[in-house]
Amino acid sequence: MGNRVSIVGVGQTHHRSKNTECNGQELIGIAVRRALESTGLTMNDIDAVVVGNMDHFESINYVDMWSVMGFGGYMKPVLKVTTGGTTGSAVGHAAFYHVASGLFDVVLAVGWEQNSESDTTAAIVTHCEPLIERDFYGGAIGGLAAQYSMYMDKYGATEEDAALVSVRDRCNAARYNPYAHLRKEITVEEVMNSAYISYPLRLLHMCPRSDGACAVIFARDDKAEAISGKPARVLGVGSSHRSTYLGDEVGLAGLHSLEIAAKEAYNMAGITDPYHQIDVAEMYLPAASAGVSWMEGMGFCDEGGGPEFIRSGVTNMDGELPINPSGGVISTNCIGATGLIRIGEGALQVMGKAEARQVPNVEIAAATGFGGCFWSDVMILGSSKYLD
Amino acid sequence: MEKVAIIGVGQTRYERNNPCSHDEMAFEVTNKALEDAGLTIADIDNSVTCTNDFWDGRTISCMTITDATGSSRVPTTNVEGDGTYGVLMGMTRILSGLHDITLVVAQSKGSIGEPNLITNAIFDPVYDRILGLDAVNSAALQAKRYMTKYGITEGQCARVSVKNHKNAKKNPYAQLPLDITVEDVLSSRPLADPIKLLDASPVSDGACAVILARESDAKRICRKPVWIKGVGHCSDMYHLGDRDLSDVSVLQTAVKKAYDMAGIKDPKREIHVAEVYEAFSYMELMWMEGLGFCERGRAGKLMDSGFTQMEGPLPVNPSGGVLSAHPVLAAGLARIVEGVLQVRGEAEDRQVQGASVALAHGIEGACGQGHCVYVLER
Repeated sequence: MGNRVSIVGVGQTHHRSKNTECNGQELIGIAVRRALESTGLTMNDIDAVVVGNMDHFESINYVDMWSVMGFGGYMKPVLKVTTGGTTGSAVGHAAFYHVASGLFDVVLAVGWEQNSESDTTAAIVTHCEPLIERDFYGGAIGGLAAQYSMYMDKYGATEEDAALVSVRDRCNAARYNPYAHLRKEITVEEVMNSAYISYPLRLLHMCPRSDGACAVIFARDDKAEAISGKPARVLGVGSSHRSTYLGDEVGLAGLHSLEIAAKEAYNMAGITDPYHQIDVAEMYLPAASAGVSWMEGMGFCDEGGGPEFIRSGVTNMDGELPINPSGGVISTNCIGATGLIRIGEGALQVMGKAEARQVPNVEIAAATGFGGCFWSDVMILGSSKYLD
Repeated sequence: MEKVAIIGVGQTRYERNNPCSHDEMAFEVTNKALEDAGLTIADIDNSVTCTNDFWDGRTISCMTITDATGSSRVPTTNVEGDGTYGVLMGMTRILSGLHDITLVVAQSKGSIGEPNLITNAIFDPVYDRILGLDAVNSAALQAKRYMTKYGITEGQCARVSVKNHKNAKKNPYAQLPLDITVEDVLSSRPLADPIKLLDASPVSDGACAVILARESDAKRICRKPVWIKGVGHCSDMYHLGDRDLSDVSVLQTAVKKAYDMAGIKDPKREIHVAEVYEAFSYMELMWMEGLGFCERGRAGKLMDSGFTQMEGPLPVNPSGGVLSAHPVLAAGLARIVEGVLQVRGEAEDRQVQGASVALAHGIEGACGQGHCVYVLER
């Protein structure tokens, strides 16, 4: 059996719409420096680096080689992972596997994106199968809109339910997270008055595109406590990249891959009652609608129970299961970093270092990634209570 | 540490214009590797694909081969890099204890892209791209620096090309089996001084797959497991101007890790056959030095002596190497596949007699900025 693994350090940039002061390498540099500073480690202590982004946003080929400039990877083992929107979470998972394998003791995970350099939608359009699906599911929005339409029809969810998620996440970002990109409180009314982008999704239901980077340091458990007084142990990982045609997924209304990935991660972590056992979740919700229709995939409510679950307010900061204290993806979306930010934020919550956005007494946090063709990654993090 | 074995391999025939699509090639090698291992797709419990959005012309290009590799039914990830890095990712997944039988697939179709533009995008968008740098002319800078510093001649580089294309004649998968002379190489069309057409690898389509398993599984299900005894990877600086392009310390660092893991002290004697990633003829000489097969600057003389010929003491690239087929991403994995066939004694006409320890090598980025090296043993 492999080594136990903990997260010991997290760093991120102050994300924004267009960072004109930094190029991508410099964004990475800031995030990595902050992660190292949070641990007292230097690059000399890092045994390997896993990096990820999506090539066509910045049009840089072989980013694993280019980014060496950003994190100081000279004479280091470096490997790149790219799986679309799930890139950030896949990078985190890959760094976890690096350490768990025993081949490396301390591994740096880096996700980044400088979306201001691209036409984001034009770049994403080409992910769809070129002959059959590119014309109508192109971009990130079409599939999400179709999926929520199905969910609304099937379970009676409304646009207002999704607006509640927008308000929750955007207000969390505004009030508590200095790193978030969009930091302006909004109301349900404002969401409902914003323009449709693709029915039933409106502008304020959607994530922005951001410039930013995130770095997370993973270490072997027996080194972790010495590095960080209170590390966040990786209790479980799960992943499902089950489809390659969007048409196979959107008709399911919920997110089936999330159900599979969560189940896998829960099994590994020994979680049987996710709603009660998980204290906080940082979820990759690319649109607020997902904050309604994907709750059942996480096992937080029964099938079709998403609307009631969100309306009840339990996922607000003062609720029983706060979701996205950071403000989540609809407040910040530097795509290759986004999944890794979820892992980093989940780790900060467990480590008690989430500052103003800290949820009290977090023992277990869940972090998810979403992308590709409605794929999901899930990582469960736990406090030292779970160190054996 | 628990050992990881390669229990199945598969590769396409490499060609300039394979009529198959990416996923059809991936499907072919997946099935070949399964058949080689005596397994079915139901036995594969996780996978690693290797794709590149630039070469594939598609964002999230791993989607292109997710179904064809059976990855949609199991936990999977995608390494954007050479297949040798994909195998490393696969190893970490097995050694973590969370996964067992791991499929690794790499593929590319160079024929559908514009290699000059695709490799121009490797370089810094502000300062370097405008110079027109690409894989060929950056390699020419490296070749010039290496040859000038160590007195390596164009004739010695040409000998690499003659040897490898000749070796390719015995490899049914190779794209360019050629009977050529040093004179042919020297008089071939100049691409970027000192690199001429026959010093360069071709544009290729192709795919490769390997199946990995932990020791206990490998011993149970595989008749001829090939053990990954050592692995190491390492990266140099990014800007060409920040590097001494003749320097191979990054490869030395990567291979030292692999040799230390494998307990190899005298590679020149203990390695029986090497498959190295020579995208250009001079690279084979440089990598031989970096791999410790000779001292710095001595690879030209070693080439002259016939040391790396098929009948020499340490044959390098019996398959014909990357000069004879260069499916980017799959090319490093092909080195591993060939290494596996050699130590199994199943390399047919290109078999190195008595080979039980093989070295396989992949590179990443421009001028071998990154290296990933394996020691494989029967």
